[in-house]
Amino acid sequence: MLRFRLVKEKTNFDFMGVHKIALFLSFAMMVLSVVLLFTRGLNLGIDFTGGLLMEIKTPAAIHITDVRRALAGLSTGTPTIQEFGDSSVMIKIPGKEADQATQKKLYEEVKKLLGTDVEYRRVEYVGPQVGQELIMVGVKAFVYSMIGILAYIWFRFEWQFGVTGCIALAHDVCATILFFTLTQFEFDLSTVAAVLLVAGYSINDTVVVFDRIRETLRKYKKMPLPELFNISVNQTLSRTIMTSMMTFIAMLALLLFGTEVIKGFTYAMLVGIIVGTYSSIFVASPILLYMNLRREVIAPKAEAELAKG
Amino acid sequence: MLHIEKWKIIFILLLTVLGVLYAAPNVMSPQAKTWLVDHMPSWLPSSTVNLGLDLQGGSHLLLEADTKTVISDRLDSMVDAARTEMRKQNIGYTDIGTVRNGVTFKLRNPAQDHDAAYKIARGLEQKADIRIGDDGLTEVTLGDDAIKEINTQIVNQSIEIVRRRIDETGTKEPVIQRQGTDRIVVQLPGVDDPEQVKALLGRTAKMTFHLVDMEATTAELSPGSRKLPMREKNGGSVIIKKRAVINGDLLVDSQPTFEQGAPVVSFRFNAIGAKRFCDVTKENVGKPFAIVLDDEVISAPVIRDAICGGSGVISGNFTVKEAHDLSLLLRAGALPAPLNVVEERSVGPTLGSDSVASGKVAAMAALGFVFLLMLGSYGLFGMFANIALFLNMIFIFALLSILQATLTLPGIAGIILTIGIAVDANVLIYERIREELRNGRTVLAAVDSGYRLALATIVDSNLTTLIVAIILFSFGSGPVKGFAVAMSIGIVTSLFSAIMLTRLMVIAWLRKTRPVTLSI
Repeated sequence: MLRFRLVKEKTNFDFMGVHKIALFLSFAMMVLSVVLLFTRGLNLGIDFTGGLLMEIKTPAAIHITDVRRALAGLSTGTPTIQEFGDSSVMIKIPGKEADQATQKKLYEEVKKLLGTDVEYRRVEYVGPQVGQELIMVGVKAFVYSMIGILAYIWFRFEWQFGVTGCIALAHDVCATILFFTLTQFEFDLSTVAAVLLVAGYSINDTVVVFDRIRETLRKYKKMPLPELFNISVNQTLSRTIMTSMMTFIAMLALLLFGTEVIKGFTYAMLVGIIVGTYSSIFVASPILLYMNLRREVIAPKAEAELAKG
Repeated sequence: MLHIEKWKIIFILLLTVLGVLYAAPNVMSPQAKTWLVDHMPSWLPSSTVNLGLDLQGGSHLLLEADTKTVISDRLDSMVDAARTEMRKQNIGYTDIGTVRNGVTFKLRNPAQDHDAAYKIARGLEQKADIRIGDDGLTEVTLGDDAIKEINTQIVNQSIEIVRRRIDETGTKEPVIQRQGTDRIVVQLPGVDDPEQVKALLGRTAKMTFHLVDMEATTAELSPGSRKLPMREKNGGSVIIKKRAVINGDLLVDSQPTFEQGAPVVSFRFNAIGAKRFCDVTKENVGKPFAIVLDDEVISAPVIRDAICGGSGVISGNFTVKEAHDLSLLLRAGALPAPLNVVEERSVGPTLGSDSVASGKVAAMAALGFVFLLMLGSYGLFGMFANIALFLNMIFIFALLSILQATLTLPGIAGIILTIGIAVDANVLIYERIREELRNGRTVLAAVDSGYRLALATIVDSNLTTLIVAIILFSFGSGPVKGFAVAMSIGIVTSLFSAIMLTRLMVIAWLRKTRPVTLSI
């Protein structure tokens, strides 16, 4: 049988040796992400801006120019019209102008232009108030996730690990958001779910490394921290790459074979997996170096735990 | 390591069998399922996963009851009532009007009229807070509790009416639920063009019968009259007496029919309505009266004779569809408050089945990739993990069926993500076994400590992800929620399959072959 190994048996990379460069790059990236978020902004979908979206399919191929001309007469809103797939057209009217009256008018225009053979594949309407509420829900869910994770890691490890974990998590979320500000891919409700999931995935990865660091701390009581961290990250490297690879591939399958609706979600996840892997190797452990770990507290505790289990 | 209690083995195998049993109905043809329900004992599982509206096609509407209008209407009528009562009892007052959630006026002789005014105020609203100052300034306000109660009542009534209207359209298995304080969720499976439903729900359908004010001129309206637009005549209007002689809630039936070839709507009153209609028509022969629907005069015929049979027809130049819809609305009853659509998500049936199909392909592809990668990396142990992964998929569907959770498109994405995450536990264990072997341990010792040492890490990493999933579930709405459900279930089942099941397989293999070296 064909056997292979993604990472060779024993690695000995000096990850901590490059930690200053890595931390600088990550910090610069986070700053850029925040700056771009406020200057360039996200391309918010109608889930958040409120608005109207209609996806239609007709038996005969439609000329997009005809649709455009027919809808030019809509008194309110500026529709974006986009053609994709075979004879599918997406009409989008974002913003507050898109109310129920506009929607009714849009239906009438589409019916007039394309007859009754039109197939409505998807119609979405989000009122401006609901959009506002959905933003708040997303922000709240993010904050509570952070608190939940912080509390759990604090409980299982030491507070230094909790704080570091949250920084690594914020790093990954920033990177994902940076990706969306740069590409201007649409940011909608399922993308928010993906960003939160990136948070969950990233912390999962980081916890595995932390776990090993704790174990190594117990084993080598006198070894200097950078060397000790290097050993821990190298020991878990094979697992980190293996798991990231498989999650990445699973998401890639979704991108290749999934529908248009889920694309934003998939992009966010793919970016998140790459960045999450990077951060658990190059960001989390180096930050822990600066966290003033008290080894004498961690080591006995870990021993007691091991004895118990 | 080789030792594992018998009851544990039985327990693990039992759970596995149950998982397969509960997942099985999902892959059966509809015929096979009906056969199963008819011929097999009822304890055998037969429920399948609920497909969300985005997968089976359908319409999701979020309606908001305009309770503010209702409350301001109620305050207006309280003002009217107060005015009438005080005139009747010769109580002097000035500055009557509405304030926030209440009515206010000023008594001219507070000392003399205090008690009478208090009584009138109490009569306006049982639960109101009443304050009469020494200077005669009176405030009758509804407290927060009273407002809340009114809101609850409005929404509950609205849900009832919405249900009746939707039942009349023949939609199968609609879901109508309250959300928050003043919102109603309506889910209509199979309805891909919700415009018709929205047209039905968008009208309060409050029907009243009024006398027409013959004396009033357009320029001068008496306080008891109002001008309403006429439906038939374009731009015309009719001045009617404000007080309704009969309300639509006294109707018991309404049907679309034809009269002289034109579509009309017939109606029938209950006993009280019939009596009142008889009296009103008897007293007003020769005069026009107005049938008003949602502040629009549908028709204003002249009464030719007293109508005492308790039924009549409304003619108003209807189309067949209009007559049909109007009779439906009258049958179902009026909404206590206007409902506004604040969110709508409709998916056509073909997009739904396209999503399911592409989701299946994506899941298969993801499974295939992960299969190969695990097999190539860990050989036989990879195969064990693959079997566990396959069973894990079955368990996810079993749990979704048992919990009757709804599978949505983001839910499918969640399951595909779990494929990647589920094998993580095995990767952790196997990498650990490799390490222990490198450290010179025997096969048995390495496998043993591999499972033992990896366990804490697995629990830690999965619990953190589960925390995120649960928070997503409690905050999320719609798509996010569906995703969180699938994700949480996936994490729980993967812990079972990746740890317990593979362990069982590994032990069975070790017992049988007793290997000295291990290729992992």
